Amino acid sequence: MGLEVKIAEAMPEVLTTQLDALINWARKSSLWPATFGLACCAIEMMAMTDPRHDVARFGAEVFRASPRQADVMIVAGRVSIKMAPVLRRIYDQMPEPKWVISMGVCASAGGVFNNYAIVQGVDKVVPVDVFVPGCPPRPEGLIYAVMKLQEKIERDSVLAHRDEDAA
Amino acid sequence: MSEQDKAGNLVAVKSQRYADTSVLRADFGHLIEEIREAAGEVTVIARREGIIELLTFLRDDPRFGFDYLSDLSGVDLGEFASPRFAVAYHLYSLDHNHRLRIKVLLEEDDAVIPTAAGVWSAANWQEREVYDMFGVHFDGHPDLRRILMPADYEGHPLRKDFPIKGY
Repeated sequence: MGLEVKIAEAMPEVLTTQLDALINWARKSSLWPATFGLACCAIEMMAMTDPRHDVARFGAEVFRASPRQADVMIVAGRVSIKMAPVLRRIYDQMPEPKWVISMGVCASAGGVFNNYAIVQGVDKVVPVDVFVPGCPPRPEGLIYAVMKLQEKIERDSVLAHRDEDAA
Repeated sequence: MSEQDKAGNLVAVKSQRYADTSVLRADFGHLIEEIREAAGEVTVIARREGIIELLTFLRDDPRFGFDYLSDLSGVDLGEFASPRFAVAYHLYSLDHNHRLRIKVLLEEDDAVIPTAAGVWSAANWQEREVYDMFGVHFDGHPDLRRILMPADYEGHPLRKDFPIKGY
């Protein structure tokens, strides 16, 4: 991905474990979500940041309107097939490393909108890291998804992405 | 809406007034097939050939003064019906506070009608929607593209024989 891969490659046995721990801690502690509020789920996504739920406790409260400044996309709501290319473009504009949370049953599997207009699961458009069930999920549910994503980031290793860097 | 009668009871008043169609019956009989009244609502079934002449008259004549096209919609009467399609113009006059509904019936193999975009510019996008959803073509339309579905979409979703998940 960047400099951290070069460091790890130079001294793999000595540094990798400690370097991974440091980088993963930094990444998971300040997730900046790109808002992708498409429907009623967006209301619960906003509620996630309010004083009652306060996602700032987990370091993910800085919602960004620009994909260039975000590293986790929360797809909150039903994705129409006309919106799908827009969503993919926003995802492509986000810098690496990046993650996706599919919020609610519509984004995850189409939900009640099993019809001609709606994408039956956003994982057909972008790779999804965490699916959140619910219609809509409560803010606590989405915060739990953020925590699950943080657990996933903790298990990551910078050396695992060497091939992506070369490509 | 309601008002009080002489005994002080609240009674409902008809919130929608319909234009007097006797003028149409007398002077425009050659453009009109039928005038229907149901549940206090008046519908004029017009011929396709003179529809623009009729709509322009209804807009410009001070007795009607239909300066506002409140809706333009399509109807699919079913794949076995003949004529199968209808286009309905829902007119409203801000001066007179009265309404009128004009309907034109169209055969499936000849679902073409002249555009009303030159009479009310509001018809532009409404006709694009009817084209998108029903596949009715509007002759002379300045920009007849799909408006809701993606440009490369196959089929017209509000037709009765359209499969709910699309082709």
